[in-house]
Amino acid sequence: MNDHAPSRDERIAGLKGLGTSRRRVEDARFTQGKGNYVDDMKLPDMLFGDFVRSPYAHARVTAIDAEAAKALPGVVAVLTADDLRPLGLHWMPTLAGDKQMVLADGKVLFQGQEVAFVVATDRYAAADAVELVEVTYEELPVVTDPFKALAPDAPVLREDLQGQTEGAHGPRKHHNHIFTWEMGDEDGTEAAIADAEVVAEEMIYYHRTHPCPLETCGCVASMDKVNGKLTLWGTFQAPHAVRTVASLISGIAEHNIRVVSPDIGGGFGNKVGVYPGYICSIVASIVTGKPVKWIEDRMENLMSTAFARDYWMKGKIAATKDGKITALDCHVTADHGGFDACADPTKFPAGFFNICTGSYDIPIAHLSVDGVYTNKAPGGVAYRCSFRVTEAAYFIERMIEVLAIKLGIDAAELRAKNFIRKEQFPYHSALGWEYDSGDYHTAWDKALKAVGYDALRREQAERVAAFKRGETRKLLGIGLSFFTEIVGAGPVKNCDILGLGMFDSCEIRIHPTGSAIARLGTISQGQGHATTFAQILASEIGIPADDITVEEGDTDTAPYGLGTYGSRSTPVAGAATAMAGRKIRAKAQMIAAYLLEVHDDDVEFDVDRFVIKGAPERFKTMKEIAFASYNQAIPGLEPGLEAVSYYDPPNMTYPFGAYICVMEIDVDTGVWEIRQFYALDDCGTRINPMVIEGQVHGGATEGLAIAMGQELAYDEMGNVKTGTLMDFFLPTAVETPHYTTDHTETPSPHHPIGAKGVGESPNVGSVPAYSNAVQDAFRAFGHIHAHMPHDHARIWKIADGLGLHA
Amino acid sequence: MIPAPFTYHRPADIASALKILGEYGDDARVVAGGHSLIPMMKLRLTAIDHLIDLQGVESLRGIRVSGRDIRIGAMVTQAEILADRALAAAVPVLAEAALQIADPQVRNLGTIGGNVANGDPGNDLPALMQCLDATYEIEGPGGPRDVAARDFYDSAYVTARADDEILLAVRFTAPEGGAAYVKQKRKIGDYATAATAVALVKSGGKCASASIAMTNLADTPVWAQDAGAALVGTDCSPAAVKAAVAAMQEAISPVEDNRGPVDFKRHVAGRLLAEAIATAWSRA
Ligand SMILES: Cc1cc2nc3c(=O)[nH]c(=O)nc-3n(C[C@H](O)[C@H](O)[C@H](O)COP(=O)(O)OP(=O)(O)OC[C@H]3O[C@@H](n4cnc5c(N)ncnc54)[C@H](O)[C@@H]3O)c2cc1C
Repeated sequence: MNDHAPSRDERIAGLKGLGTSRRRVEDARFTQGKGNYVDDMKLPDMLFGDFVRSPYAHARVTAIDAEAAKALPGVVAVLTADDLRPLGLHWMPTLAGDKQMVLADGKVLFQGQEVAFVVATDRYAAADAVELVEVTYEELPVVTDPFKALAPDAPVLREDLQGQTEGAHGPRKHHNHIFTWEMGDEDGTEAAIADAEVVAEEMIYYHRTHPCPLETCGCVASMDKVNGKLTLWGTFQAPHAVRTVASLISGIAEHNIRVVSPDIGGGFGNKVGVYPGYICSIVASIVTGKPVKWIEDRMENLMSTAFARDYWMKGKIAATKDGKITALDCHVTADHGGFDACADPTKFPAGFFNICTGSYDIPIAHLSVDGVYTNKAPGGVAYRCSFRVTEAAYFIERMIEVLAIKLGIDAAELRAKNFIRKEQFPYHSALGWEYDSGDYHTAWDKALKAVGYDALRREQAERVAAFKRGETRKLLGIGLSFFTEIVGAGPVKNCDILGLGMFDSCEIRIHPTGSAIARLGTISQGQGHATTFAQILASEIGIPADDITVEEGDTDTAPYGLGTYGSRSTPVAGAATAMAGRKIRAKAQMIAAYLLEVHDDDVEFDVDRFVIKGAPERFKTMKEIAFASYNQAIPGLEPGLEAVSYYDPPNMTYPFGAYICVMEIDVDTGVWEIRQFYALDDCGTRINPMVIEGQVHGGATEGLAIAMGQELAYDEMGNVKTGTLMDFFLPTAVETPHYTTDHTETPSPHHPIGAKGVGESPNVGSVPAYSNAVQDAFRAFGHIHAHMPHDHARIWKIADGLGLHA
Repeated sequence: MIPAPFTYHRPADIASALKILGEYGDDARVVAGGHSLIPMMKLRLTAIDHLIDLQGVESLRGIRVSGRDIRIGAMVTQAEILADRALAAAVPVLAEAALQIADPQVRNLGTIGGNVANGDPGNDLPALMQCLDATYEIEGPGGPRDVAARDFYDSAYVTARADDEILLAVRFTAPEGGAAYVKQKRKIGDYATAATAVALVKSGGKCASASIAMTNLADTPVWAQDAGAALVGTDCSPAAVKAAVAAMQEAISPVEDNRGPVDFKRHVAGRLLAEAIATAWSRA
């Protein structure tokens, strides 16, 4: 051994494994504009597709005249439903067990719906031809309100389903009704509420919004007629599932389809589903024998590809006089738009909304959700949250505030009084979940202390007094939020999408010189998988993260997996990565023992090597072992060092956190300013603190957008009122506050490395913090609840309603 | 987001630009920075067969500050306004307003000429120009003429400029006393929910003259003459400000849109005006 042999600590540091704030390997290309997105693809003879879309929210399509468009130079084809019908592709199945028109089949159900697909030799010709397609519409009465949609005389939206009383999720009660989903104990909850000392009731609306990734959805479909293979490049959050679905609906054998997700510019749930653009591009490529590209513009993205939220949540929460919660009831009216295209695990039509008991020990609860058709775009995706979890978190965190007002108890104290206690984990919630681990009180105390909670409340009281004396027009709001996420879908026994179990996978190959490639069934859209998964492996197999390539997104090379959404990559694929690493290590142990001429049990793993127990100066490094695996004939062992793991998680993971927002609000203008935003996250084992911090900043900024102005608003005619970024709020650096991040660390007991996932927590946790801050500012004047988004005008309305402008 | 086909012209002087404009009439339009016009074309809300780019017309550039006399060429960008020190010293309120237009990317291309000629009630500079009693220099087939900013705006996108005329420059006298431009918007890059330009002169502790104009609170900018008059002779005390606000609220006619309902806009306009008066008074 030489004198410069690194110490054990230096060897650990050299791996850049778990717990290291390793710089993101992706950033070199992204910050230099060298990413490779779908729209960067250029193939010889490539054609371009563009949609004719409906200007109406509800209308019959009586005629389509495409002659003038077809005559335009450069136009190759114009597809309508009639062209797709012989192939059975004029409708397609949705992830939620419904079906959706690919191109308008006799009628349209939302503004922006795809009516015809123009294919041309360049983008400009395609856009010009779209204008020349003449569609004759007969307008029908429009319903944009889900409550009105359920009126007995409401217009029938889905004529194709008329007379069908059974839907994909049980009986349908009305022609615009999709499903009812019930959990918990209805009678028991009702009785507990009837007996309660105090009951608070509120209708909480989580408005319709949109994930709005910077890169819109798109694809390039290329059918090679010589070898019969279809290649589909696209903005897919679940490339393998897209391959299977494409095979099932097109009839092309699955081995003849290759799906590739190149770099993706954000997804946030918007890129989970299958869209008409993909089907039309595939058909157009088959028909023309040329590659066909389709890319949405911003307005198309906002108007037609998957929205998020739109939940009307009617809550009743019961408690004793001194603030112990005794029961919770929730009824949701869920606006799904014209087709039910929610992206949820198949058995969960309202996602994991039954996490709505939140972080609290609530003995009995009941939940029912009614899904409803309206003349709005389909979707209902998990916008940077696990399925419907942000709706659930917002619901319970508002109900807690409303209850605190009714009880006259401080909302921070009310939370602490009802938290699930540390010793209650694993905790079985009244609505059916098993929370894996948590220590809520420690996190809450740390958060309250960090922001100086008591002093803030004193300052707030002084401000109210000054306001009443006419010395200021600004109020101070303290927004509290404590959330529990449920992520990592999920156990194959109850989680699947269209019958595909929600496991995930990792395949590792160690190269002879001791570097490696790992391929996963997930796909990064900005999360930094190439950075963090290499770190998991580095710690598991003792090869530096810098020597490990992580590759995802090509179904011809990556092992099968269900993709990236619902914070499932680390809980599921991350677990698969650790497990595959452990298989590598097991084989490496045998090789090391052989090389060291001892029994397998006499060597043990130490950072980056196997050492002889009790004689650590005798060892073989992983590098040496890798080389030996390729060049030595080891009795009883196959050559090479590779492993694959398909991981079916035994349970979900339950990250949690405490967020606090302090906001100044001008009662005359509705202008708000965030003075302080504190975010404590507990995501179990922390793989890369810097990446976690980045995820928290991003998610909390999306939460800011949603709470303070971002919405997909419709007028009564079903026109989208917020179809551009002028009206659809995406915060800039100017509106974005400074975030203070913090953490506690409660590992998941069932995850191989104890990690829980964090990408979506900040969206789930921050929305209630912002909203509670706004509402809390007006609490002293009798305010109880107002709906989001809290744009200037709506804040002004709260103040006006309280008589503060008199 | 792709405009309908058009023919592109790039004349080198005003005479050529006017000639092309005369030749194609209604089918032609000049483009300056393009940051109002091109979005409309991309949305296919406006189709123009002949686009006449003014970027090559050198005579439309340049800022002239001689004492209190200011002349700004139509093609001067909002960023150039912000960068010009002599201008900032002579008319600080112009920079204050220009800085509140959109974001740096827009200001790098958007021009003062396009901003005031556009006729969009959401544009910020028209109200300021009315407040400062600016003059617009215009040239058409009949030769050059002057139009007062206060007479220029008829209704949304309809102005005193004929289709075959080009705006050459904006001219005004730098205000004495104090001025302020106060704007509320939803976010960076947004047009005003409401905005106000105030210029006033203080003499012996009293307001000697005052001019007030409002942005995006009607289908044109609104020069609120009575509101200004309400301040004259007062010390801008709360009562005087209240009277000015009331007079201003008489003059505006906001409509409900995504920024909010009418009552809200009226209230915000009042609050902004009170703030702007206080600021201008403190600067006077
Ligand atoms: C995202 C965004 C946000 C914005 N926010 C604001 C804002 O907050 N406040 C604000 O004031 N503006 C805003 N704008 C508009 C911006 O300031 C424009 O640049 C300005 O309104 C028009 O100037 P332009 O040079 O771009 O004109 P163009 O778009 O080229 O032209 C506008 C119109 O004026 C006509 N025109 C231009 N020059 C002349 C001339 N010399 N003679 C005759 N007619 C002429 C054109 O024919 C056209 O009809 C915003 C724009 C964008 C894209």
